[in-house]
Amino acid sequence: MITVTQLTKRYARNTAVDQISFEVEKGRIVGFLGPNGAGKTTTMRMLTCFLPPTAGTAVVAGFDVLEQPHEVKKHIGYLPETPPLYPEMRTAEYLNFVGSLKGLSGSDVRKQVDYVCQRCAISDVKNQLIGRLSKGYRQRVGLAQAIIHNPDVLILDEPTAGLDPKQINETRDLIKSLAGDHTIILSTHILPEVEQTCEQVIIINKGKLVATDSVQNLQNRARGFESVLVEISGRNGNLTSAAGQKRLEQVSGVSRVSLKETRHGSLVFEVESQKAGSIRGDLARTVVEAGWDLIELRHTGMSLEQVFLQLTRTDMPSSPDKVSTAAGEAR
Amino acid sequence: MRNIAVIFRKELRSYFVSPIAYLLLTMFALIFGFFFWNALGYFVFVGMESQMRGETFPMNVNEQVVRPLLANISVVGLFFIPMITMRLFAEEKRTGTIELLATSPIRDAEVILGKWLAALALYACMLLISAVNFAFLFKYGNPDWKPLAIAYLGLLLQAAALLAIGTFISTLTKNQIIAGAATFGVCLLLWILEWVSGYETASWARVISYMSVIRHFESFAKGVLDSKDAIFYVTLTSLGLFFTARSMESLRWRS
Repeated sequence: MITVTQLTKRYARNTAVDQISFEVEKGRIVGFLGPNGAGKTTTMRMLTCFLPPTAGTAVVAGFDVLEQPHEVKKHIGYLPETPPLYPEMRTAEYLNFVGSLKGLSGSDVRKQVDYVCQRCAISDVKNQLIGRLSKGYRQRVGLAQAIIHNPDVLILDEPTAGLDPKQINETRDLIKSLAGDHTIILSTHILPEVEQTCEQVIIINKGKLVATDSVQNLQNRARGFESVLVEISGRNGNLTSAAGQKRLEQVSGVSRVSLKETRHGSLVFEVESQKAGSIRGDLARTVVEAGWDLIELRHTGMSLEQVFLQLTRTDMPSSPDKVSTAAGEAR
Repeated sequence: MRNIAVIFRKELRSYFVSPIAYLLLTMFALIFGFFFWNALGYFVFVGMESQMRGETFPMNVNEQVVRPLLANISVVGLFFIPMITMRLFAEEKRTGTIELLATSPIRDAEVILGKWLAALALYACMLLISAVNFAFLFKYGNPDWKPLAIAYLGLLLQAAALLAIGTFISTLTKNQIIAGAATFGVCLLLWILEWVSGYETASWARVISYMSVIRHFESFAKGVLDSKDAIFYVTLTSLGLFFTARSMESLRWRS
């Protein structure tokens, strides 16, 4: 449904989006994940034909954003970061306006307005001024506006930003219920949101594609990973941080060891493993055999959050490769 | 065409649900009424004076009331234009609704025409209110309606041109105040350019004073439909709308 090829957006001083390529199948919900300023909004704006790409292209619903923007616009519904609402209009009136703007005929508009009001649970504020609505209602009116012409593709920029937890849940449920009929791309910087709503995730950072995978695979990977905190203290000064690090790295399955902090007389290491199954037993044995004291051995797990942080960490230039291999192993 | 109507209706509605339209209409009605009362008072005064002196000075309502009155109104219009156009695009840019328009299957030209026509319609409403005054003139006097109609056509053409310029300026900023102030400055400049011809007759001065929008209203005020002046207004309108379209296009490349 959406094919993005080498999409790039450069400004005078910086590159907002750098050669991003990905594909989205029909009827899927895709999470577009990245820290603030990663280029999510810019990418979405290029997909909606609001901004023209500097290089590369995207095909949305079978139409090229550069060649046939008019056709693309007919087939997408877009909810920008701030819902594009006119505060001086009443809800129904606004939806009528957007409906006719999207090219619906008179009788269709009325039918669709009723439908989306019911779908987005805003029927009770139909005749209220949008300027007087609460944030949650405004967001839902924004969503209603995006689906009024029953578009093939829905592009939602941070649809849950600024809502309270209850509203966030309602909005997520609403978005989930829209999948199937629509192909949905939603951007967010909140991880649990992706875990709960999306089937596929695209992670970008600083304009570059970091990973694209199914949420299932990412979660498997997160489970496959183990992260352990090890606190060791030496006897008679036989422990140096270099020696400790080296010894721990030799334990089978360990992929990374880093010194977290130096406490009084002891060292705390963070050990990561990619092996399925725990490495804690091996670690304990290694430490004792080396003649050190094991003060603490704690499993810290690896949530999607940590995977994400790891992927978007700036000091890891080779992260895309690492992701694909790691994901492969987890499978 | 349908899309233009959609935008037109929306814009006109937002003028009339906010206080802007009523404020402008009221102010215009008051100012017009004052000028009308003045022009009429002066006309009656001159008439009585010439009678007392026993002179038979030829009196003409069109020449002595309508012409100076509408010449004044063409200047008053300059002050109203910025208030009409300043929000057109600046507000959409500030609230982000421009993104809705830009990602809907509607052409830039349709958005621009819809907005500009709505602004023109509001101005036409203002002029319509002034018709109340002329109703009295027609009841108690017998002015010729043809020159009057041409003068009103001139006012509309002049407003069309200035509104197009105001629409263009509104696309340049997110800030309504800046859009309004800049439009006001340009309108004012387009009026005072004419003053150059007061002391200078060289060709450069004639070119400059030719650019004055007020100067081209003079023939309309007399009730003369001069194609030269009509073409000037139409050209200025097209130029304003053309620049608006270019500016809207460049928004996408710059933002």
